[in-house]
This record gives sequence, structure tokens and C-alpha cells, in this order.
Amino acid sequence: MAAPLLEAKGISKYFGAITALHDVNFHVAHGEVLGVVGDNGAGKSTLMKILSGLYMPSEGQLIYDGQPVRFSSPKDAQKLGIEMVYQDFALAGNMPIYENIYLGREPGARLGPLTIVDHAKARQMASAHLDRLHIHVKSVDQNAEDLSGGQRQAVAIARATAFDGKLVIMDEPTAALAIKEVGKVLDLIKSLKDHGVAVIIISHRMDDIFYCCDRVMALYQGTNFAEAPLAATSRNEVIGWIMGTKGHTSGLAHDNMH
Amino acid sequence: MTDTKTPDTKTPKAATGLASPGISKFLETYGIILVVVVMMLVLAIIKPEIFLSAQNLTNILKQNASLALLALGMFVVIVTAGIDLSVGSIMGLSMVSLAIASKAGLPWPVVLLIGPCIGIIVGWINGIGLTVLKLPHPFIMTLGTLNVARGLTFLISNGAPVSGLQPEVRYVGQAYYDFGIFAPPAGIPASLILVAVCAVGLWFFLQRTSMGRHIFAIGGNPHAARVSGINVDRTLVVVYMISGFFAGLSGLLLAGRTDSGFPNAGIGIELDAIAAVIIGGASFFGGRGTVLGVLAGVLIMGILRNGLNINNVSAFWQQILIGLVIIIAVYIDVLRRRASMRR
Repeated sequence: MAAPLLEAKGISKYFGAITALHDVNFHVAHGEVLGVVGDNGAGKSTLMKILSGLYMPSEGQLIYDGQPVRFSSPKDAQKLGIEMVYQDFALAGNMPIYENIYLGREPGARLGPLTIVDHAKARQMASAHLDRLHIHVKSVDQNAEDLSGGQRQAVAIARATAFDGKLVIMDEPTAALAIKEVGKVLDLIKSLKDHGVAVIIISHRMDDIFYCCDRVMALYQGTNFAEAPLAATSRNEVIGWIMGTKGHTSGLAHDNMH
Repeated sequence: MTDTKTPDTKTPKAATGLASPGISKFLETYGIILVVVVMMLVLAIIKPEIFLSAQNLTNILKQNASLALLALGMFVVIVTAGIDLSVGSIMGLSMVSLAIASKAGLPWPVVLLIGPCIGIIVGWINGIGLTVLKLPHPFIMTLGTLNVARGLTFLISNGAPVSGLQPEVRYVGQAYYDFGIFAPPAGIPASLILVAVCAVGLWFFLQRTSMGRHIFAIGGNPHAARVSGINVDRTLVVVYMISGFFAGLSGLLLAGRTDSGFPNAGIGIELDAIAAVIIGGASFFGGRGTVLGVLAGVLIMGILRNGLNINNVSAFWQQILIGLVIIIAVYIDVLRRRASMRR
């Protein structure tokens, strides 16, 4: 197996007296879709914030493409192609799609501390990028606030991948969507994989995990609890992991429907 | 009364959402200009010989140039969903300071810079209070500097007007170009040209530069701006410095027009600036508005006052009407938002 895209070794994170993560190991390969599950407070979000550069780990090491790295801000992570898609999409509703995609990284000529934004180029780049991802919008000039939840999520994903993204971390990508839009977003996540982009999905929804992930890992009370390739596990087992039990079989499941 | 009617005719269209999004977008952008044109037409019909005289039109432009500059600065702040209450005091402080400097015999190029520099400094202080001291709302910080700057103005002037400025200092507030067409004292005022240059510069900054776009993004969703790697705090400091700069420049204009620095200048004018920005269609919640709309907002207030004056309507009624115009203008914004939510 090739070297993982991003690896974390022995990560611990303390907030004062509270231990949010303890000796967590983690890896994701190029083009892999990894599901991260765990109950509230299991440390999923803290781990993702460390991977995306929002937090610094108290102990442990991050290794990107075989090289040790330190992120002191999300910008450092972005430079390596690690992007985060937030649960609320983090779009400026008053601005058009194309400006949201390139917000903070506008194309154009530099003039001292400013960039003279080349709107025509940004529009064109945004259209081409959305086409590549098979995302259909009426026009890249539509404001983000005029889009449906699924379209907003698609724009957020397009922004995360606009600059040669290698790894997209998605926090509950389907939680804010109408049911009919969930499928489209999951298909989009699958197509990222086809483009060689690795994806980490934090989700409570087993349907999401089992539709598009290659591998699933569970955190429990801030530690590694279990992980398995998707083919080697089942929904009920993963639900058991979230609750902190192993060897959960369908016979024991409370939602025995399969 | 004309002003209250014209927005009303727009209301049902805005509420139902026109058939074509192109037309509704056009109206959203240029509808405000139509309001100005209609107001002018009505006044031209009622009092053609007075309203349309070159001298009256020149006066409207001159009298509202300071307010236009204040409103341009206030607009940038309101785009970030902020507010700058200190602009009137900055104007007064700039005006008195440059008048004192001019009287003290400082070279005129230095005197010209005093107003904008004071504005930039007070604006920087406002920005620092907001982002470093983390005062909970710009209302509070700028309310503080409103009082501090006004107090300083009285302190350095001993509460008395300072008159007698160098001609070069007065130039931009007083000069006008008749081009041999207009009979004096009418013509294109130099202050109008300054306002136009500022408006075009600000438009370019807001529409075409990364920082201008970031200002709109901060107004739309500060969280989105932050996670996009925008330095929100630094941008906000610049925003308040821009507002201060325009306030200082407006002090220079007013000093030139009145040939003095009087310490009471600009008391309460921040509210006129806010009113002009809001009438001009900018959203008080941030992220929305245009430079053109702001200028139209200033003109609507200016023409309304002028129209009532030349029709011998008392100043008390003017205030009542401007209050109503503010309420109606914001109500139209509410209706428009509601219509766009349904879409």
C-alpha cells in the first residue's frame, strides 16, 4: 500500500483539565473516502479541527505525504490542499456562487496588499470547475441565498476542491439537507473520489457512511475504538461502536430491520 | 409628498416579484434613481422657475456634498453590518483643527491633509476598540469616540468658531466652474467633482478589489469570511478608517464652504448619513447596497429639503417627512427580502 496522504500519530488534545483526545492514530489514503463516527463528545470534531489546522494538537504528530507537518492556522492546511466543509456550508448568502468559490483567493492582478479581482475570469473558472464536478446551477451569478440546501452544499464542496484540494473534510454533510437532496450530495462525494480527492465524512447517518465510504473508523471517549473496511462490517456493528460496544450483531440490534 | 408616493408605486412590484428576474434586478439597482428623477420632475412642474434655476441646482449639490462624503464612508461601515456614530464629531474636529492650523499659518498643503488624517486616526481607534478591545458592538465604541472627538473639538477651539482660512484650503469647498455657460454664482461645484471622484474610487474598491469583496462577505456571513482565510479584524479596522477618512474630508469641504471651523458643526449629522445610506437601499443587516444608491439617498434627502424650502414648507415638516421616508424605505427593503425568500 502506498504512503497515506495524511497520517496522525499519537494525537492528544487537552483543554485545561479535560482530555478531548488521547493517543489517537489516524490515516487516510489518496482518493479514499473515510467515515468517522462517534457519539457526541467522542472527539470527532476536535480531531477534524486538528487535521484542518484550526487547533494545534497537545501531543502527537501529523504526517502529510510522508513529511511531518505543523499547521498553525487553517491557511497552512489549505496550502497543502486540506479543506474543510462546514455543516452550515459557510457561504456568504449575499454573494454570487462564483465569488463564494474563490472567496479569500480571488483570481486577478496583485496590487500591493490588494488583488484587482478579475470577475470575468472567476466566473469562467467557477463554471468550468462546477462542470468538472457535474454540479448544475442556473448561473454562477446566482446568490448563494437563492440556492437550495443541496446546491449550497455543492457550492461549498466546489470551493473546497477549487484549488487542487487533496483532502476534503466534511462535517455532517447531509444533516442540513432535504431528504431528496441527500443522494445528489453523496454522489458528488463519490465523484470527488473519482477525481482522486480523499474525503473524510463525519456523520451520524449510517446511510451516508454505507453509501459512499471505503472505510469507517469509530472514536469513543477520545480514543480509537474500532475501524474496518466497509465490506468487513455492518450497520449494526458500527452503531454498536458509536455506543461503545463491540461484537454487536444483528441479533442484538434494537433496530432489527435487515 | 411626492417622495412618499413614488416608493409606494414600487412596493407591489417588489412584493410580488416581477415576471422577469432581469427587470426586478434592474429595478433593485436603478429603481432608486427613478425616485430621484420623479422627485425632480414633480418639483420642476410645481416650481419650474425656482427649482430648475442653475443657482438652485448648484446649491443643492454644494449643500449636500459634505453629507455625500459622510454617507459614502458610513455605507462601507453599514455593509459590514456595523455603524459609525462618530462621523459627525470627526467632521467637527477636522474642521476646527484645520481652521486653527490654517490661521496659525501652516503651509496649505499640510492643512489640506489635517482633516483626512484626523479622520483616519479616529477611525483606526474605532477599529481597534471593536477588534482588539472586543467591545460588543460598534455602536458603543463609536458612541464613545463621538463624545471624545466632540469634546476635543470644543477644547481646542474654546467653543468659539475659528474663521479666516487660506484661499487654497477653501478652494474645494467653495469653487465652482461656470464654463462660461452659467451665470455666477452657478456652475459645477468643485465639491461635486471631489464627491464624484470619491464615489468612483469607492465603487472600484468595493467591486473590483479583494478587500472590497471581503467587506461584502463579512457583511453577508462573518463566519464564512473567517473560514475563507479572510483577516476579518484587519478588514474591519480598515473599514472604520475609510469611514473616518471620508468624515475628515467632509470637514474640509464644509470648512471651505463656510470659511470657518465652528465647533458645533456636524452635530447629529451622523444620523443624516445613516438615513441617506438606508434610503439608498443599503441593508442595515449588512452585505447589501450600492454606491449609486447611497448618492441617490443623499439626493433624495437634499431634493426633499430643497423642494419643501422653495414651497415654503416649515423646517419642522421637513424633519417629519424625512422620518417617514426612512421608515418607508426600510419597509420596502423588508418587502423585497420577503419576496426573495419566497422565490
